[in-house]
Amino acid sequence: MIEAQGLTKRYGRTVAVNDLSFAVAPGKVTGFLGPNGAGKSTTMRMILGLDNPTAGTVRINGRRYAELRHPLRQVGALLDAKWVHPNRSARAHLRWIAASNRIPAQRVDEVLEAVGLTAVAGKRAGGFSLGMSQRLGIATALLGDPGVLLFDEPVNGLDPEGILWIRQFMHRLADEGRTVFVSSHLLSEMALTAQDLVVIGRGRLIAQTSTREFIDNASESAVRVRGPEMERLHGLLTGQGLTVRDVPAGDAGPAALLVPNTSTEQIGELAGTVGLVLHELAAQRGSLEEAFIQLTGQDVEYHGGGSGPPGTVGGVVPPPVSGPPLGQAAVGVPASGAPTRGGDAR
Amino acid sequence: MTLLTVERIKLFSTRSPWWCMILATVLTVGFTSLIAATTSSNDVADLTPDVTQFAYNFGLVVMMVMATLAVTTEYRFGTIRSTFLAVPTRTPALVAKLVVVATLAAVVGELTGVGSWGIARLIQPDAPLGLNTAQEYRSVFGIGLVYLLAAVFAMAIGLIVRQSAGAIVIELIYVLLVENLLPVIPRVGDHIQHWLPFIASNNFVVAGAPHHTDGPQVIDDMPLGPWGSLLYFAAVCFGLFLIGTILARRRDA
Repeated sequence: MIEAQGLTKRYGRTVAVNDLSFAVAPGKVTGFLGPNGAGKSTTMRMILGLDNPTAGTVRINGRRYAELRHPLRQVGALLDAKWVHPNRSARAHLRWIAASNRIPAQRVDEVLEAVGLTAVAGKRAGGFSLGMSQRLGIATALLGDPGVLLFDEPVNGLDPEGILWIRQFMHRLADEGRTVFVSSHLLSEMALTAQDLVVIGRGRLIAQTSTREFIDNASESAVRVRGPEMERLHGLLTGQGLTVRDVPAGDAGPAALLVPNTSTEQIGELAGTVGLVLHELAAQRGSLEEAFIQLTGQDVEYHGGGSGPPGTVGGVVPPPVSGPPLGQAAVGVPASGAPTRGGDAR
Repeated sequence: MTLLTVERIKLFSTRSPWWCMILATVLTVGFTSLIAATTSSNDVADLTPDVTQFAYNFGLVVMMVMATLAVTTEYRFGTIRSTFLAVPTRTPALVAKLVVVATLAAVVGELTGVGSWGIARLIQPDAPLGLNTAQEYRSVFGIGLVYLLAAVFAMAIGLIVRQSAGAIVIELIYVLLVENLLPVIPRVGDHIQHWLPFIASNNFVVAGAPHHTDGPQVIDDMPLGPWGSLLYFAAVCFGLFLIGTILARRRDA
């Protein structure tokens, strides 16, 4: 259990983290989501007592990190896989960390085995690949068999195999009842990894919800409907006060109608009452990236030199209220001709 | 105790401390053996115990580099953060490091002190190298204490500067240049010199020794006696270390 209360960090006049309050529950993976520079790492460092908050507190199982006795047995963290002396062997690195919290030496070999580094345990850590370093970092976090785990961007720069391995590893840790807090700037990754989300932008809390709910709220959903009698269908729907857009035949299929802010049930029943034949009735969802940018667009710290009108940041145009066309393959498809990806929010 | 083990593992699981220790001993003892071997039979009467220690500054500087690196490489590679994660109150970890590194420096100091004297005795058996006076004992066995305190000084600078190159440059410029140049200032120079920490530590080693052209420089009229000088040096070193520790506790890691 991690609880942050009004957490604030200022560097001079820059506010890195601004009055941030959230809670991370045990037994599931909680994603910590935000664009680069949103204050994720700073927050994690404050949780771990490395940085002093300007204001506010953060507690782990009810206590500040500095008050924990043998903290590595309660909290494991991977903030930077490169925090290893390059000329020290992986085993020596784990050995000194284990000794510092009176963790038995045999545990070193157990965690090396768990992350699959046994074969290279005696090799100098400076020669490790990124994936191996990341595994060593995870081994370090697991050393004290802690109930709370923090990972800062653990999949950054990993190959698909490594990403899959880490994702499964986190699920396993959460299933064992641990608190798992993982930061990332990739919503698509978090959608697969995390059950809950803490979303921040420019150091401020944007949302704390379940991942499902966040995606539902963030991405506008629409229903794609198609039938032999398109004009009657159009008239029926507009007659019910629904917004209807024509979608010409294209990559997504033959010409159809797109109806935002409704459900397939509603349209199906409407068509049924008047005896209209439907050839297609499908719920559609905007891409995760679009949703993320829509929510954090105003909160991107560093962005490309966009000189858009007020309210647009780095060329990110907030979707019009009526909603842009939402294709099935919306990733990277420009919305209303404007780039969907802004500045740093890759 | 566990933290001492931690620092011991950290120090000896990399190679640079070994190199520094070997280099410090070989440099110092090697130079002394050169001096002893090239002393002509006319001058052999001048080869007193304090003269065999003329090269102790070589080893001292090398051990200071080792002590600095023990701190700054932790900042360089981020392991200081792992250390502070393991010991969030920070001070015990820094004190443990101080104890391990300073002890090691003291051992190397003793090794070079006794080694230099011993090798001179072997090479020039006729030289007056017996240890009789307190001064003679201090100049051979006191080297370890000077190394120990200099290591504290070096770690303190490392904690304050947190960067290898910067810390080492500051130390070398201070020890090799500043303390030698300040006394040149007219009128006040001599007074300043009496209170320079490394001059004081040198006074601990050589106070009361006869004046030679060889051997560590002997300065007359030092305000403190040998042990007073050492205490003064210790106060400066531990004072700096206290500042370094307070900074390390307050700063974001």
